[in-house]
Amino acid sequence: MSAHRVTITVNGEPMEREIESRLLLVHFLREELGLTGTHIGCDTTSCGACTVLLDGRPAKSCTVFAVAADGAEVTTVEGLANGGLHPIQQAFMECHGLQCGFCTPGMMLTSKALIEENPDPSEADVRWGISGNLCRCTGYVNIVKAVQQAAATIRSEAGEEADHA
Amino acid sequence: MPECRGLGHSVLRKEDPRFLRGQGRYIDDITLPGMLYLDIARSPYAHAKITRIPEVDELGVPGVAAIITGKVLDQYKLAWMPTLMSDQQMVLPIDTVKYQQQEVAAVVATSRYAAADGVAALEGLIEYDPLPVVVDPHKALEPGATKVRDDKESNHIFHWEHGDLEATEKALADADVVVEQAMHLPRIHVASIETCGCLASWNPVEGHLTLYLTTQAPHAIRTVVALVTAHLGLAEHKIRVISPDIGGGFGGKVPVYPGYVIATAASVVTGKPVKWIEDRSENLAADSFARDYHMTAKLGAKDGKVTALKLDTVADHGYSDAAANPSKFPAGLFHVASGSYDLEAAHVAVDGVYTNKPPGGIAYRCSFRVTEAVHAIERMVDLLARESGEDPADFRLRNFIPKESFPYTSALGWEYDSGDYEAALVKAMDMIGYHELRAEQAEKRERGELMGLGISSFTEIVGAGPSKSFDILGIKMFDSAEIRIHPTGKAIARFGTKSQGQGHETTYAQIIAEELGIPPEDIAVEEGDTDTAPYGLGTYASRSTPTAGAAASIASRKIRAKAKKIAAHLLEADEADLEWEQGRFFVKGSPDRGKTIQDIAFAAYTNHPQGMEAGLEAISYYDPPNLTFPFGSYICCVDIDRGTGEVSIRRFVAVDDCGVRINPMIVDGQIHGGLTMGMAPALMEEISYDADGNIHGGNFTEYLVPTAMETPKWELGETVTPSPHHPIGAKGVGESATVGAPAAIVNAVVDALWHLGVRHVEIPITPQRVWGLLDKHGAALYR
Repeated sequence: MSAHRVTITVNGEPMEREIESRLLLVHFLREELGLTGTHIGCDTTSCGACTVLLDGRPAKSCTVFAVAADGAEVTTVEGLANGGLHPIQQAFMECHGLQCGFCTPGMMLTSKALIEENPDPSEADVRWGISGNLCRCTGYVNIVKAVQQAAATIRSEAGEEADHA
Repeated sequence: MPECRGLGHSVLRKEDPRFLRGQGRYIDDITLPGMLYLDIARSPYAHAKITRIPEVDELGVPGVAAIITGKVLDQYKLAWMPTLMSDQQMVLPIDTVKYQQQEVAAVVATSRYAAADGVAALEGLIEYDPLPVVVDPHKALEPGATKVRDDKESNHIFHWEHGDLEATEKALADADVVVEQAMHLPRIHVASIETCGCLASWNPVEGHLTLYLTTQAPHAIRTVVALVTAHLGLAEHKIRVISPDIGGGFGGKVPVYPGYVIATAASVVTGKPVKWIEDRSENLAADSFARDYHMTAKLGAKDGKVTALKLDTVADHGYSDAAANPSKFPAGLFHVASGSYDLEAAHVAVDGVYTNKPPGGIAYRCSFRVTEAVHAIERMVDLLARESGEDPADFRLRNFIPKESFPYTSALGWEYDSGDYEAALVKAMDMIGYHELRAEQAEKRERGELMGLGISSFTEIVGAGPSKSFDILGIKMFDSAEIRIHPTGKAIARFGTKSQGQGHETTYAQIIAEELGIPPEDIAVEEGDTDTAPYGLGTYASRSTPTAGAAASIASRKIRAKAKKIAAHLLEADEADLEWEQGRFFVKGSPDRGKTIQDIAFAAYTNHPQGMEAGLEAISYYDPPNLTFPFGSYICCVDIDRGTGEVSIRRFVAVDDCGVRINPMIVDGQIHGGLTMGMAPALMEEISYDADGNIHGGNFTEYLVPTAMETPKWELGETVTPSPHHPIGAKGVGESATVGAPAAIVNAVVDALWHLGVRHVEIPITPQRVWGLLDKHGAALYR
């Protein structure tokens, strides 16, 4: 098995490692870096529990080789907020958008990209946007509510910043 | 005094901050130094003789340390393990496999990838002689059928019946309308997003085993492990089971799976920690399934009044009876099948059958076969209403058990604790606008459009259970709470149950808050570690609130009783002169003279009365006097596309009565999730097998778990009929919606197609199934 030296910027910090060519990004994050907030829920790229942001776009990290992320920027749930809670995390808590918490990191990262692309998503937009992420506990109603609430918070924060500028 | 936010407050969840930050600690997040990885080779055949398993050297895979086979385990008498239903199942086969994807041999390796390489190599080298396969349980019962189990006389596992057959047959003979319908509830799988796994760590010096395990019932598992390994010298005090954060359970994490036992054996043999995490495909193809009940029901009415139910069932158990039922109930609580109706007589019978499929039987967010029972009665009541020419809502309202009759003894012998079925259905009808939708349906039918309304007015039976009849392998089904109040008035509470997302850390804290006036954020709640938590039977069958929730209440009241004595001492008052308001004792008539629970807690360690033991703590092992009987009425409105056969749920109103609601936000969340897991098997999910026993539905590309796109926006309503025997009047809610929802959906689809001549449709109601019906009845559109 050939080895490769890669540098992947994870949550803003460059991580240089020598890895096997077949190492999956999700295992790089979980086992090389100890970032266990990214979960694994299936073996067919169906469930989305392993979703991270790869150069800002949601990617199922169980189906990306770590070497393919060489030079890229990865955001995991651990990097969602500095210190407190990100508006998406806050909204998931307030809207009861999580139960067992296993799908939650992937769901929130997908939502982050969704809100960046569409700052004011309708219910239908959110349902379509998160349809690559399975949740078995919540029935999605409160996740949809949480994503819309987070989008509203982010919009109003952006509005306040614009006012101050 | 701090605000205590006890019952009825939507307190935000105490467990959320760690989950939101990716700091949950699930099984695969736990690592130990020197840990080895276990992976399992599985059978490509549904029934076959194993003729060769290679030696480890033949694999030629670096990092693979050992191959574990059934023959190896047999040396330690661990090749078979007992099931909860007095049967046995293989850990690893000695010579024959009984279903496709069954465990054949395991590989232990130094890394996850090496273990997977080892399994790939091993699967290529194991040799088999295929044997005849039987997958249809009806055929399995025929004379001369292929025998699944060499150690049994036939494929017939058990016959179980309940009720008065003679009275039932007489009432059916006297009825003026009788409907009969066969229906199959197919195999499904809970598919919690986290699969199962374990990390076994044997300490050879101490002779101690620590078992991190995805289990809903850690204490029961510890006892089972102790019983199964007693001959090897492993005693219960040397076994510590830790159930970490669980990524969804729904019943799928109650059983003991072979992987757990193999990993434990591997740890003992190697002296190193061994981790086993199953893949999704392994999880779906080999872990405990649910349903697979082939039911034939007859329901009769006389003068518009439902009189009798007869329900005969062939239950496909796979190659072993490994259903996780209470031991005295081979068909679980299936005999709640008389449902919400005041019947004269009823009789249910179940015949369990072996086939070449994986074992299991009840694990899908349902307290022991209640979904099957509700499906049967709610479909049959609908059919009977139709055949009687009556609206199914009116028919139900006239035939419900009247609310004055509670406590009510059902035709099948259960004592229903409380109910007001009419109120729930009327509320659901008002919320959805039942009569307006009926009018719309009539108009649409004129135009050739297909729309249907379906009702399910279910009665749940949860909270197992009273010790006189409920046990698992002899262990009574009580549950427990232990509460310790620290000197500063903060507390820790430990329970015999185990949350898998239900929010126990918050809900239990609220019960204690209500009873003692200590705010929930001041109460740490712990579960899942058998070294620290009091013994309990675990979380499944919606039993946590009815049992451990009640224990929290009773233990709190014991603490309050002692606190009162301490308060009397502090206030220099007579105990009889003290009154309680939430969080504080005060002297009657002098409300200013009082002591808060926090003051009292401090005194319990610093200034307790002479002659009294110090400290402020209590424990309760709660043996429920009866089960609880949550209920509800659901109404589903569907539209059907005549071109594609697609069923879309336009609206779904769910009115639930789970008694007193502890945290309304969490209750609603449970119902949302339960409804989605009710819709899933009604419209999408199924695990099926071809004649050779090849699985279909064994991974997430074939097993269709609903996404946000298929899931409707659920509309919830409530009525509150407190349980008369539960300390806080709560009943449990986790599974009501899964139990109640499927029949509402099927009834809605049949309602939409009734005028075409359709009387029944099997689940899952896929577009192709509906389109087939439309085509058969000349209503399909060809575009």
